[in-house]
Amino acid sequence: MMRYLVKRLLYAVPILLGVNLLTFALFFVVNTPDDMARLQLGTKRVTPEAIARWKAEHGYDEPLFYNPKAAGVDKITDTLFARKSAAMFVFDFGRSDDGRDIGREIRTRMWPSLAIAVPVFVIGLAANISFALLMIFFRGTYLDWAGLALCILLMSISGLFYIIAGQFFIAKLWHLLPISGYSGGIHALRFILLPVLVSLAAGLGSGARWYRTLFQEEVGKDYVRTARAKGLSEVRVLFGHVLRNGLIPILTGAVAVLPLLFLGSLLTESFFGIPGLGSYTVDAIRAQDFAVVRAMVFLGSLLYIVGLMLTDISYALADPRVRLG
Amino acid sequence: MSLPFRPVVLWTDALLFVLLTVLAALAFWTARNPQWRRPWARVGQSPLAVVCLGVLGAYALIAVLDSLHYCPRLPQAVPGQPAQYSDTVRSVFDALTPDLWRVQEETYSAPLAAHLFVRQPQTLPDGQVVRVYPRLRIAAGSAPPGQRWGDIARRTLSGAAAGLAVGALCVGLLAWRCGRVRGARAWLAAAACGQAGWPVRTLAATLAVMFVLVGVIAALAPAYHVLGTDKVGQDVLYLTLKSIRTGLLIGTLTTLVTLPLAVLLGIAAGYFGGWVDDAIQYVYTVLNSIPAVLLIAAAVLMAQVYIETHVRMFDTNAARADFRLLFLCLILGMTSWTTLARLLRGETLKIRALEYIEAARAFGVGHGRILLRHVLPNVFHIVLISTVMDFSGLVLAEAVLSYVGVGVDPLTYSWGNMINAARLELAREPVVWWQLVAAFVFMSTLVLAANLLADVVREAFDPRRGGA
Amino acid sequence: MPMLRHLALACLALALGACGKIWNDPYPASQARANVLYSAFSERPKHLDPARAYSSNETEIIGQIYEPPLQYSFLKRPYTLEPLTAQSLPRVRYYDKAGRELPADAPIGQIAESVYDITLKPGIYYQPHPAFAVDAHGRPRYLHLGAAGMAGRDSLADFHHSGTRELTTADYVYEIKRLADPAVASPIYSLMAQYILGLRRLGAQLEQARKNDPHGFIDLDRYALPGAQVTGRYSYRITLKGKYPQFLYWLAMPFFAPVPRVVDEFYRQSGMAQRNLSLDTQPVGTGAFMLTVNEPNRRMVLMRNPDFHAEFYPRHGMPGDVARGLLRDAGKRLPLLDGAVYSLEKENIPYWNKFLQGYYDVSGLSSDSFDQAVRFGGAGQAELAPAMRARGMQLITAVAPSIWYLGFNMQDPVVGGLDAKHRDLRQAISIALDYEQFIDIFLNGRGVPGQGPLPPGIYGYAPNAYDPWVYERRDGRIERRPLAYARALLARAGYPGGRNALSGQPLVLYFDTMASGPDARARLEWYRKQFARLGIQLVVRATDYNRFQDKMRRGNDQIFEWGWNADYPDPENFFFLLYGPNGKVKDGGENAANYANPEFDRLFEQMRYMDDGPARLALIDRMNAIVERDAPWVFAYYPKAFTLIQPWVYNVKPNFMANNTLKYRRIDPALRARLRAAWNHPVLWPLGALAAGLVLAVLPAWRAWRRRERQAAR
Repeated sequence: MMRYLVKRLLYAVPILLGVNLLTFALFFVVNTPDDMARLQLGTKRVTPEAIARWKAEHGYDEPLFYNPKAAGVDKITDTLFARKSAAMFVFDFGRSDDGRDIGREIRTRMWPSLAIAVPVFVIGLAANISFALLMIFFRGTYLDWAGLALCILLMSISGLFYIIAGQFFIAKLWHLLPISGYSGGIHALRFILLPVLVSLAAGLGSGARWYRTLFQEEVGKDYVRTARAKGLSEVRVLFGHVLRNGLIPILTGAVAVLPLLFLGSLLTESFFGIPGLGSYTVDAIRAQDFAVVRAMVFLGSLLYIVGLMLTDISYALADPRVRLG
Repeated sequence: MSLPFRPVVLWTDALLFVLLTVLAALAFWTARNPQWRRPWARVGQSPLAVVCLGVLGAYALIAVLDSLHYCPRLPQAVPGQPAQYSDTVRSVFDALTPDLWRVQEETYSAPLAAHLFVRQPQTLPDGQVVRVYPRLRIAAGSAPPGQRWGDIARRTLSGAAAGLAVGALCVGLLAWRCGRVRGARAWLAAAACGQAGWPVRTLAATLAVMFVLVGVIAALAPAYHVLGTDKVGQDVLYLTLKSIRTGLLIGTLTTLVTLPLAVLLGIAAGYFGGWVDDAIQYVYTVLNSIPAVLLIAAAVLMAQVYIETHVRMFDTNAARADFRLLFLCLILGMTSWTTLARLLRGETLKIRALEYIEAARAFGVGHGRILLRHVLPNVFHIVLISTVMDFSGLVLAEAVLSYVGVGVDPLTYSWGNMINAARLELAREPVVWWQLVAAFVFMSTLVLAANLLADVVREAFDPRRGGA
Repeated sequence: MPMLRHLALACLALALGACGKIWNDPYPASQARANVLYSAFSERPKHLDPARAYSSNETEIIGQIYEPPLQYSFLKRPYTLEPLTAQSLPRVRYYDKAGRELPADAPIGQIAESVYDITLKPGIYYQPHPAFAVDAHGRPRYLHLGAAGMAGRDSLADFHHSGTRELTTADYVYEIKRLADPAVASPIYSLMAQYILGLRRLGAQLEQARKNDPHGFIDLDRYALPGAQVTGRYSYRITLKGKYPQFLYWLAMPFFAPVPRVVDEFYRQSGMAQRNLSLDTQPVGTGAFMLTVNEPNRRMVLMRNPDFHAEFYPRHGMPGDVARGLLRDAGKRLPLLDGAVYSLEKENIPYWNKFLQGYYDVSGLSSDSFDQAVRFGGAGQAELAPAMRARGMQLITAVAPSIWYLGFNMQDPVVGGLDAKHRDLRQAISIALDYEQFIDIFLNGRGVPGQGPLPPGIYGYAPNAYDPWVYERRDGRIERRPLAYARALLARAGYPGGRNALSGQPLVLYFDTMASGPDARARLEWYRKQFARLGIQLVVRATDYNRFQDKMRRGNDQIFEWGWNADYPDPENFFFLLYGPNGKVKDGGENAANYANPEFDRLFEQMRYMDDGPARLALIDRMNAIVERDAPWVFAYYPKAFTLIQPWVYNVKPNFMANNTLKYRRIDPALRARLRAAWNHPVLWPLGALAAGLVLAVLPAWRAWRRRERQAAR
């Protein structure tokens, strides 16, 4: 196991390097440091002098990938790419183009993101599984059919609609919850309730439908028939056998997205004014704040790789036949 | 005398027609291949699938009509000069539906309204300025205000009747075509009892509903904005119908562009293994691990830079919008091919280990031949299922991207742009709901049909369900 | 099971208890009756450093914190400067090259230097701040902390001691030197370097110094700046090259607020920046308020500065101010509020809805929420909708000293050029763009069609004047010229019916714009429609900010949309946007249209140095006439600000120049608490309906299950 982990971690390095190279290439093709300076300096009275000063202050006055002026290895290392990526691997994300410390920002914004994402994940999993089990329980009846139709209908509606409708009815018309905002501590409950509800509704359709498929496969297997032949009640069969065995692919699948919960949800956070990492990313894209975008890409890919590792490990734990090597 | 129009082929048009050609070829091949015809026949027997196919067909028809572009000729300004063409790009769809776009209002008007939704200043003859709800331009020649509802009812009924008539004609034609063996009347009787072998009744009902809708709209459109108008007075129905093309293109072109890549790389990784596998896995892990929105944002920015540095190439609004749409399709494909490639790799790994493939290799059969004859046909159902499943996700993604600001060009007709604009309208009082509702209804119908069809197709093709 | 139920009940009680009778209160219940103003910001302020803050959302915060020597009078119109920390308005003295004092009306060519002597009021103190904390020996407690000293300190609250100190003139001089520091990157450095004696030299010296120490503390007191000198305990002197009458206005902006050296040194310690502690995030001033919470992702909280000096609500205003209740607090000590909470609200809909629910006290109005709030009376004047009036809300309108315009790139071969033909084309377009309609549709009447480069509120604006090339007097009213006239102009320009008279080719024009936001599509369609009325085909080149700027700089644009907010109420601040030597392409200046008319430039050079008076007005009129004829801009509109205020808010008078008006504002917290409760009754029937619906949905399932169980049992 240890050896596997070390190997995977080492394998992550070239991937992260590739990710970094790609983002650098993509964004610097588009935005020269001059562009960034101008974006930050605003519309009024921006002079070339001010731009040069901004670039020097933010360390953008070096070449991108290759520095012909430096000597030896410094030709490669004395560049924007080498400097900014190397720092990233020790989790020093530097400062955003508007001068705030990115690492610190990520650390504070992580919590609101998690406050939304974790309940959505846990309750969503429970709700989707229950709904799927209900449909399986009534399989072949009109209830199953109606449930499936509901699922497909729910997943055919754009996520934007759930948000817009939720805000319009629950917050605006009925005054049940604050329409947006966030607060720390126990007060957070009031603010996260609406986004969580909306996200649950948006995710129910596709989730329940997917789990229903999994369970259906399980129900068709021989051991379930055997169990039923033994005279076990339908409920016992479902919970004792189908759920337990169906849970393995569900959980291993869920484990992969677990780390990505940190990144929050782009849409929900922006609409509800949650100061999490999702809205951070959206703002960075809109403001073309390259330093933040790069940091978020790095973080995202790191978490993705961790997710892959966790999946492998959970497979190994769930199924003794799988060996990690 | 020169042509009354100059045909224009945009990039996405060309690709759409390539796609249609590929689909036609596939259909031809499927029809001749019993192994593939069987699951399709099963799809065709499902009433649900027939309804979905009907709906999708209608959408596709509009999209295709909307992809035949041309520039109309301008009236000759100076006699004897060569003909000049407008730079405004229109499509055959526009030419067929002049009622929807000829008359524009000042600003908002509710569905089927006779007056604007907001007050406008009007100078009275005595010089006093008052703010009134002006009469809509489109309603200028139609029924006087008091008789509006009667007029609407009359038009609706006559439109519906015309639609039904055309629908009946279609069924008649169908009966004539299908009833050649037993006679049209006998076939009709059988079909009416549900014994034609496939869901004729469902198809007939679907067609009837669609023709009635078209008939009613055609009857109402000359005098009313059926779904109201938007902020600058454009007909919302026209906007939604024009958005169909964008939605469908994003759903399909994305796949067309990237399918070859996914299939090639996925199968190669699974089949050859070794360093090929490593390299391909590396590429797709890298691509996959970058959050998609960020990748798309970067790509859309790049498209803008490209447009601005090659201004001469993009001289019309249509060309600019089209390039951005194409680029969006490309990059959406880039972010979505990895999933399919991974699935294909896994499946190929399994197939490679099968005995007859090992045997074929032992006999020295070439790689190309094995891949083409044995591997590709056996993974084809995965490609099909995932394509159909991805479609609806891509259509929905467009709306979200527009919200983030990295979607299609702001001048492109798209549901994302409509929803984005409509968000603000909800804050108005009284609420302007029709743009939002129209976009959601049309988009959801498309996605719903695609999802339901995907379900049926998966049932029919999945080998584990005893399919192909 | 009972355990679970108890737990759920406890949770519910907690959730409900937290919000009291109102369910949707976004603020803690404990603050319901605080004397605190609630407002919002839509974009987080990037810079709170007074040398750097320039956007309105930044100055809105730091205007309350920092005190430059002068301020704008709260009530007087036209905008008038008055002393803030200075004892009186500084009198300027002029000297020639030889150092001889000149009379005030000396010709501009003779003036070599202008000298401003500023004397401060004594007894002004800073807000409490750890940078001022001293130990028993009187030495600063928190300087030279080093890594060890910084350990465990994460925010300003972790510095347990604080102190205050009297404002000195050295602080003002120190700030002027900071303008030259490359690490500060002040946006007005380039402009000020042209005027303040020795500032450019200081800038060059500091650039050298920063090479070795890019972010550390550099003691600016060790560098001399001849243009800004301390002349006494309460007096300092600013020396400018030549004459710059507009300089007084700059002295009312935070750029010239005091920054003590010790604060700079405190924040420049290593480790501070990593903790987001800097002048950019934690301002230190002498103003009525201080920033106590700075979480720009969520909210910013200003609290009353306990050490604020004695300042009183003005006793005199304009006629009508008494009737509007603006003098009810005359003579009271400022500030009248205990604080203000600004919440981040990026989306328009939540912002507006929270305002309607009483959770924001003042609302700027966006066009789309506007129909609900405002009706137009018979004569087109705006008034509150009955529903709003019933709630006791008030509407305050004022035209902002800003202009939005559609510029033509004067270097472009098609639309540019000063000759008659190209002028006709531009005038035709100016007429065809029906901005009355634009204002109606997109701004819901919140604008005034532009008649020239000068908006209302700026010296030289004439309320009854109109642009004679675009408008005409008909039946005693000023109206836009008819479209037929525009078509005739277009034909004269060589494009009859929008087609080239020689080749018959359609005229295609290119419109460059930054398209963003949900409204972009509708707006761009509108422009296309307007050009189409002349038969001109408009290609919209919508792009992002960077590309747009880039095109403007290179002159690759043809028609563009832009605006300008006044820095100060002087016509120079608008005419310089059209001054030839400020050309964007040639000199990187603010003249984005690249307009260069020698006659205009000559008049501008005279006008900028003149004092207000009939002679200046005559020049301004002549300049207006030239610009209107040449039409390098379509003077789109002067935006109007409509502000809605809740019934519990007092002392609101729009003031587009002053940024420190928070101290005058007053609220009635008891009334607010009462109305909020009345406006936010939770509607409970949907919850009941939901529960009933769930039961109805589950019932058949439950029955089916029972049936099956019974079957199995059998």
